[in-house]
Amino acid sequence: MIRFDRATKKYPDGTVAVDELELEAPTGQITVLVGPSGCGKTTSLRMVNRMIEPTSGTIWLDDTDTASMPAHELRRKIGYVIQHAGLFPHRTIVDNVATVPYLLGTGKREARSRAMELLERVGLDPAFAKRYPAQLSGGQQQRVGVARALAADPPVMLMDEPFSAVDPVVRDQLQDEFLRLQGELGKTIVFVTHDIDEAIKLGDRVAVLRVGGTLAQVAPPAELLSRPVDSFVAGFVGRDRGYRALGFTESGALPTHDEPTARLGEAVPQGHDLVLVVDGEQRPQGWLDPASARGTVEESDLLRGGTLATQGGTLRAALDACLSSPSRRGVVVDEQGRLLGSLTAREVLDLIERDEEPA
Amino acid sequence: MSTAAAYAVPDLAAHVVQAASSSPGAFFSYFLDNRARTLDWLWAHTWLSVVPVLVGLLLALPLGWLARRYSFVYPPMMSITGVLYTVPSIALFVLIPPLVGLDPLSPLQVPIALSLYSTALLVRVVADGLAAVPQDTIAAATAIGFRPVNRFFKVELPIAVPVITAGLRVAIVANVSIVAVAGTIGMTNLGLLFDEGFKLSTDTPYYPPIVLGIVLCVLLALVLDALVVALDRSLTPWRRAVRR
Ligand SMILES: Nc1ncnc2c1ncn2[C@@H]1O[C@H](COP(=O)(O)OP(=O)(O)O)[C@@H](O)[C@H]1O
Ligand SMILES: [Mg+2]
Repeated sequence: MIRFDRATKKYPDGTVAVDELELEAPTGQITVLVGPSGCGKTTSLRMVNRMIEPTSGTIWLDDTDTASMPAHELRRKIGYVIQHAGLFPHRTIVDNVATVPYLLGTGKREARSRAMELLERVGLDPAFAKRYPAQLSGGQQQRVGVARALAADPPVMLMDEPFSAVDPVVRDQLQDEFLRLQGELGKTIVFVTHDIDEAIKLGDRVAVLRVGGTLAQVAPPAELLSRPVDSFVAGFVGRDRGYRALGFTESGALPTHDEPTARLGEAVPQGHDLVLVVDGEQRPQGWLDPASARGTVEESDLLRGGTLATQGGTLRAALDACLSSPSRRGVVVDEQGRLLGSLTAREVLDLIERDEEPA
Repeated sequence: MSTAAAYAVPDLAAHVVQAASSSPGAFFSYFLDNRARTLDWLWAHTWLSVVPVLVGLLLALPLGWLARRYSFVYPPMMSITGVLYTVPSIALFVLIPPLVGLDPLSPLQVPIALSLYSTALLVRVVADGLAAVPQDTIAAATAIGFRPVNRFFKVELPIAVPVITAGLRVAIVANVSIVAVAGTIGMTNLGLLFDEGFKLSTDTPYYPPIVLGIVLCVLLALVLDALVVALDRSLTPWRRAVRR
């Protein structure tokens, strides 16, 4: 657990970057600090490992006042990942990762073999081990940065916009892998971002800061979206927060209708209504417009716009399946991806309205 | 000129009578006749060129670090070292003995002056080299738990090596030519060849010692420069890997 206890940072020029911050980052969870640029996120994060000393207040690491131990010892217990990875350009990838074990006096052989394991763990080909950072892409460097932070198996990780500098596709991938990794490792993480979507995706709890370094609200993502405390938070979490909040509400059992289907290779059915096409195992492939197809059903005839809702998924997925479907009928499948039936947006809305606490 | 005088020139007359002093033959026979003496001078020249650069580097590392660490130190330090570099070498040679309490003809005055030049040049190089180390890298090193001294030697200095070795190349080549100037005030080195060339050219120009001096100075500069380049390459395998 990390606890900010009235932590304040006033820079020599008079800027109050963080003002009497009261915040707890629970053990084993991801606490995200989010807020507009200049609201004191980096300053808050760096006060934890004392790269910035608080002007007043205390930061606790479990029951220890962080100010009570030598800064370098504190830092070796805390993994730190920054935006551009900050790798050592003059060291090979494996030596970058092994840096903290070296500092802690671990033997070279042991430190390197642990580093190799970590590279694999963060999804990096071991063939990269002997390369230098400049020979890697931004996304790969960021993986190395995460591996380096994990090398001494610190209980705590601080991450300052670690995925902001990579392109959106890679960012999405890194985020997913980060969640998977955290699922295995259960570190106590403080994660800084200016991107509310990232905060909501990654955070167990999200703390919204406002410029001036004060805490506006701290809550689990669903609560932040459904009950922002004031107009600042409401504005910051964004316009489509109602829709996004549905992503935190389980749909329960979706009421489905039977959906007539056709199969690839069969004769095109009669009629004017769009028909759902499935494969041999009842897995939906796309919609067919009988009016514009002739002979047998071919792959090239399919309209593939619709997303699929999984039974037991979220209301957001269910609603999205309806809205994205060319027939306006949302397709529901089971865990194995087999067709269960369809439903309409109106039916999903009924479910939302019936939900006692629309999230 | 006492040191020069110590090398009595035995076959001076033989050279003076040679008519075509600009022919390669004259040049080689001059070199062969004065081989031992010339090699002594070359050796002295080498030491005088190299040692002050090493001393300068040792002084420039902490000074450059200071200039980098405390930004208010940088401007005055750059002014002082810049001005120092503009003082003509011959003047510095003459000024140093009284300033540091040495005998006017002490053999130490030249290495001291050259060390000053090298320091002046390298302070800026070291400060700029350290400034070029990415902030992210320094922040990461600090966050990982490097203490400042360790961080300097293990992270900042290695990354600054390419800039520093580029400065060393300039310093060492400049030294080869400044050392030659010291020959004209009597210090033992290849500069004495120019001194001798002028003395032997009173009636008609006599080129062999001058050409020999130039050739050896250039060769020495090329060899020392190549050594610095080799040092740079051995210290920065990471730069070559990236260029591939
Ligand atoms: N070294 C510094 N000196 C003075 N002001 C600073 C310094 N570092 C940051 N600040 C100011 O403190 C505020 C918070 O900065 P920072 O913590 O970097 O914000 P964020 O990471 O949320 O963008 C900003 O107004 C910034 O300009
Ligand atoms: Mg920041």
